[in-house]
Amino acid sequence: MQDAAVETSARELPRPRVASFALPALLFALLALTPLIGLVGPERYLLGLVTRAMIFAIAAIGLDLALGCGGLVSFGHAAFIGIGGYAAGILNVAGIDDVALVLAASLGASALFALATGSISLKTRGVHFIMITLAFGQMAYFVANSLKAYGGDDGLTLTNRVTLVGRDVFGGTYAFFYLVLALLILVYLSARAISASRFGRVLRGAKDNETRMAAIGFNPYPFRLTAYVISGVMAGLAGFLLAEQSEFVSPAFMTWQRSGDLIIMVMLGGIASLDGAILGALIVVLAEEMLAGVTEHWRVIFGPFLVLVALFARGGLIGLVRGRRHG
Amino acid sequence: MGEALLRLDGLAKSFGALRVTDAVTLDIKVGELHALIGPNGAGKTSLIHQLSGALAPDAGRVLFDGQDVTHLPMHARARRGLARTFQITSVLPRFTALENAALAVQSRQGSSFRFFGHAAAEEELNRQALEALAVVGLAGRAGVPAGELSHGEQRGLELAVALALEPKLILLDEPMAGAGVPESQRLVEILRGLKGRYTILLVEHDMQAVFALADQVSVLVNGRLIATGHPDAVRADAQVRAAYLGEAA
Amino acid sequence: MSTALLAVQTLNGLQLGVLLFLIAAGLTLVFGVMDFINLAHGVQYMLGAYFAVTFYGVTGSFLLALLLSLAAAMALGLLLEIVIFRHLYGRDHLDQVLATFGIILFVEEGVRMIFGPTSLSLPMPEMLSGAIELMPRLLYPIYRLAIIAAGIGVAILLYVLVNHTRVGMLVRAGASNAPMVSALGVDIGRLFMIIFGFGAMLAGFAGVMVAPILSVEPNMGDNLLILAFVVIVIGGIGSVRGAFIAALLVGLVDTLGRSFASDILRTVLSSSAANQAGPALASMLTYVLMAAVLFFRPAGLFPVRR
Repeated sequence: MQDAAVETSARELPRPRVASFALPALLFALLALTPLIGLVGPERYLLGLVTRAMIFAIAAIGLDLALGCGGLVSFGHAAFIGIGGYAAGILNVAGIDDVALVLAASLGASALFALATGSISLKTRGVHFIMITLAFGQMAYFVANSLKAYGGDDGLTLTNRVTLVGRDVFGGTYAFFYLVLALLILVYLSARAISASRFGRVLRGAKDNETRMAAIGFNPYPFRLTAYVISGVMAGLAGFLLAEQSEFVSPAFMTWQRSGDLIIMVMLGGIASLDGAILGALIVVLAEEMLAGVTEHWRVIFGPFLVLVALFARGGLIGLVRGRRHG
Repeated sequence: MGEALLRLDGLAKSFGALRVTDAVTLDIKVGELHALIGPNGAGKTSLIHQLSGALAPDAGRVLFDGQDVTHLPMHARARRGLARTFQITSVLPRFTALENAALAVQSRQGSSFRFFGHAAAEEELNRQALEALAVVGLAGRAGVPAGELSHGEQRGLELAVALALEPKLILLDEPMAGAGVPESQRLVEILRGLKGRYTILLVEHDMQAVFALADQVSVLVNGRLIATGHPDAVRADAQVRAAYLGEAA
Repeated sequence: MSTALLAVQTLNGLQLGVLLFLIAAGLTLVFGVMDFINLAHGVQYMLGAYFAVTFYGVTGSFLLALLLSLAAAMALGLLLEIVIFRHLYGRDHLDQVLATFGIILFVEEGVRMIFGPTSLSLPMPEMLSGAIELMPRLLYPIYRLAIIAAGIGVAILLYVLVNHTRVGMLVRAGASNAPMVSALGVDIGRLFMIIFGFGAMLAGFAGVMVAPILSVEPNMGDNLLILAFVVIVIGGIGSVRGAFIAALLVGLVDTLGRSFASDILRTVLSSSAANQAGPALASMLTYVLMAAVLFFRPAGLFPVRR
């Protein structure tokens, strides 16, 4: 009798809800068409700007994975951007330009820093976790500031971009733009896959109710540490790209204000929504530039905008679009 | 019924001057349904916390399946087959009932360090989760987010999740608290169906349920075990009547 | 390293500590009682300085400017609470971070628009100008001593208020268990308003005091805000006593660290290495201090029992 009940229900087994790909697909299509904007404005400048926005979107997706899925509010994530960038810069000074080596160094250094700091930070929780990650971020900033050999607080200029078997990898503005777009799509799809995977499910469950997860046999710590490392590596990738784009890296990449900006990007878009992180990054970077063109006092408008989003758009802007509220 | 699956050995816990657990020694045998009763404030939930790993005792040992688990964290005990439900329901509100159970299945089946593949669509996990839900009658509500289930359904879900772990021992912390008569009766039937297959420690106030189900009964008053044995013997015990049953029996 | 230098830097450290306390006191109470992360507290401090400059321009008297600024700071704090903050109680901390960050942008830019981006200053009040000789060959500005004295005075006042008045008792209860206080029939809304307004006034007071000796500019509150958060975490969230001890500790460690880090390092490292590592280490000291405190006392030095 019980089997019959199980069978009937199996037929009606609810299909797991998959967040639609429509919005991100739309975003990516729009981004892919951006170069056409050259028809109406200064191409290279706009392309460079959107490239920069996409690079920050990569970092924001990384943070959203830790923050949105894992509930880990890292207030020091800009440090990973800086570490990724400085790896590229320091290797450039040492004369190493091969893209494989430099990228490996950027990602590897970020991973190590995430592992070292995460293993300590994750022993705390709540506001203490926020403060410890801030502390580590500040420490990274101060170290970068004190590296006189690598520019100190003036920053470090790279003499050239990375190469692949001697040839320029990133080419011109267009090539770089599409390469970053491709990486953004790759990072986004990876983040979505991770979130929906067994690993992601445990992470999200631990964020919702840690005691319940322990009661069914899950120790959140190794999951959170892994998520933190993945998230740090993504931000490190962003740092590498940023350094390559502007051929410059400085401690200013790693201030607590930059870490705050990343959190704002994630919150604005809609926490845990991943596509929201892209939207948030685009808005923050583009708004800053474009509104600044209209008035140098654009913050006076942007500020209240953030307040309104916090008050009325629970679930961020993505929540508004999808009509969803976050918990 | 044979040797002790769960052995409490001189457990003691105090909060300041308040002794919530006072030298409690008890054996729970394999396959047994053992009820733990006592007045409010007797320390029943604190005891459950010490057994499940939510609270560390000041003294004494907890032996599960022959091994000393006194200092093991909750997740390690769960992995060894010790499941529990919570008095104040504790589910994953934003996951569906099915996913709540599926996570328990996932916990004992294979590695959770898989980064690709859609977990919520894994047929095998879902099939076993659905079976667990069916035992408590929640199969039809599998797709509902746990936070939207009624209070009674959430309590059922907790039991289903515990079952999905295929545990050796289930600690039930007042599963009938706040339930109406029909619901309590339903729960009694479900538990009756589980008897023998699982070892159960049932903490309850509902005397009808206790005496309908229990193979053994223990009475906790002010942190101390004042009686333990067959339900009829406990019911007739003068000390127990005076301390506790005198009010409700 | 002379005794005179050590004495001066210690006093400077106490001065920084006292300022941090004035800012942290309001911050820790708001976080502890209302569970509200107020990033905009730093701009309360900044506005105190700007109020002082404005009112001094109007009245020509430092004392009047001080009193008017305190009133204005409290009024502004109450305004923010009524219009925006009270709708965010009980919300996720990150929502509060988003909103208060927006307020920072708005206020800092607004100030930039009204007063311009260049830094302003306030002339030092006559009575407190000049220096006195604390030790042979040690002259210390009277005004800075006044700041230290004012800060300690406020600390004593807060101690009396929190520990010996009915409102103070409600505040302490609220820091421990706000819903319970509400359930006992206390008008929790009014209590929150009082805490908010008072905290804003304290931060504004710090801003006024600082106006004659530091440059008054729109983002002067930013780095003090971060330090204030470090202070309340070290001190224990919700504890005013913790905030006081932690603030003095942080002020001393930061100031003395910056002065003497390179010197101390020179005893173990080469001179050039010490000169490079010194400033970096000094900047990190407060964070290292925080990490150390949290390692031994995960809830801070004076945790409020919940």
